[in-house]
Amino acid sequence: MKYLMLIYGNEDVWNSLAPADLDALIGAVDAFNEALRESGELVGVEGLIPRPRSVRMVQDAVVVTDGPYLESKEFVGSYFAVDVDDEQRALEIARSYPGLRYGGGLEVWPLMEHGGGEL
Amino acid sequence: MTQDERVEDVLRSLAPQVLGILVHRHRDVHGYSDFARCEDAVQEALIAAADAWPRTGVPEHPLGWLSTVAARRYVDLVRADSARERRERAVLDATPPDALVAPAPDEEPVRDDLLELLLLCCHPALTASSQLALTLRAVGGLTTAEIAAACLVPEKTMGQRISRAKQRLREVGARFEPPPEHEYEQRLHVVLHVLYLMFNEGYSTSAGSELRRADLTRPALHLVRRLHERLPESGEIAGLLALMVLTEARSQARTGPGGTLVPLAEQDRSRWDSAAIAEGVDLITQTLATRPLGPYQVQAAIAAVHDEAPSTEATDWPQILALFDVLERLAPNPVVTLNRAVAVGMVRGPNEGLALIGELESGVLAGSHRLLAVRAHLLEQAGDRTAAATTFQEAARMAGSRPEQRFLLRRAAANRTT
Repeated sequence: MKYLMLIYGNEDVWNSLAPADLDALIGAVDAFNEALRESGELVGVEGLIPRPRSVRMVQDAVVVTDGPYLESKEFVGSYFAVDVDDEQRALEIARSYPGLRYGGGLEVWPLMEHGGGEL
Repeated sequence: MTQDERVEDVLRSLAPQVLGILVHRHRDVHGYSDFARCEDAVQEALIAAADAWPRTGVPEHPLGWLSTVAARRYVDLVRADSARERRERAVLDATPPDALVAPAPDEEPVRDDLLELLLLCCHPALTASSQLALTLRAVGGLTTAEIAAACLVPEKTMGQRISRAKQRLREVGARFEPPPEHEYEQRLHVVLHVLYLMFNEGYSTSAGSELRRADLTRPALHLVRRLHERLPESGEIAGLLALMVLTEARSQARTGPGGTLVPLAEQDRSRWDSAAIAEGVDLITQTLATRPLGPYQVQAAIAAVHDEAPSTEATDWPQILALFDVLERLAPNPVVTLNRAVAVGMVRGPNEGLALIGELESGVLAGSHRLLAVRAHLLEQAGDRTAAATTFQEAARMAGSRPEQRFLLRRAAANRTT
């Protein structure tokens, strides 16, 4: 089963970290990713650049605008996807995400499969 | 069948034999062999054959060709792996103890190590997804790229998963030999479950991935068939084979235009494979009469009743319900109860079916799209279209796959129109 992990960051928290803490966090996240890569569970991991565009229908036209501007302090800063045996394992991975200890948050979304059971 | 497909078939059926030969030849005095290295060598031999044979034709002794090439690759791998100062020793290690009396490649006795290989690949120390991946590669003869494509993960991820699985086997000291008597039944059960998952994974796939479907259902069917030949006395292997054959027989009718799922009730039964149905029905009838009963046999019997019916209405539902009663006693689980509720609905009316699934509302299936879909189906049958539409919609929201979601949305819409 595949799960998408959305990682919420908080810029205020990041920007207030002491250099040593920041290095520790970056090192821990790299090691975390590497461990998942080695276990053969990591499907992909990317950071998001906070320069989103919004694409919507306005009246009868498709309009692209800057934004959405983030009103809340927390927003999705990166994601990773895993392919694991069950939800328990997905949650175990989520709980061990190092960023949590630094004030981030994480959402675990099961991904749809491409087939279907007997109907 | 094209030449490429023929080559592929030959390779897949010979892969476990080549691996068995290599693992046997390179056992040390304690019976241990470097399974991981043997497997890598076989994999390289398979790739070499897949490259050469479509151009040159399949050689006269394909097994000899493959085991000779694999043995050479094995030696290469040992050499490459070894530190310079240990090279001499390594070359010695790579020489089989019986090298001087080893038979010529085309005289290699045909061994049947399929069962031992399957037991090793489905070792309980491995996670389910690793068991599946390793079985596909070591026994199914698929390349890492093919397995990755079939499981929809990057090739690198799959490569890592397979090498981690092999490393794990080494760590736990897994040996290439039958497990002790008291573990045998349980270990065989794991093997059958992995093959069942492999088949299901392929079977349940539809939209736009025809390739993926065949990639998994074919090796699963092939392996269970070979296992049945090796252990014809096992009722559950025969049952699993019959179940797969009877399920595969309906596969052509199961996908509509654009990869939509066609449910059993709406399938064009003239597109079912009658030869396969006859084979499956024969097999399960014979097995049920002569072997101790098991869950795969009962599931095959249920599939047989469906396959022999000309339509949903003409299906022998009391028979299906009786079989579900047996299955629930043999292997109680909420999914079986849920399926039984559909049969209860057909035999004793939708309200009885609804009462039965009421009991599941507090269990592990609570809120799942499967439970909601069956509830909606029974509500529709009871004539409560408004509740059916809402429930189908809820089921669609929780659906685990896109084709299922589309199907459920369609049913919701159908119940909203007057």
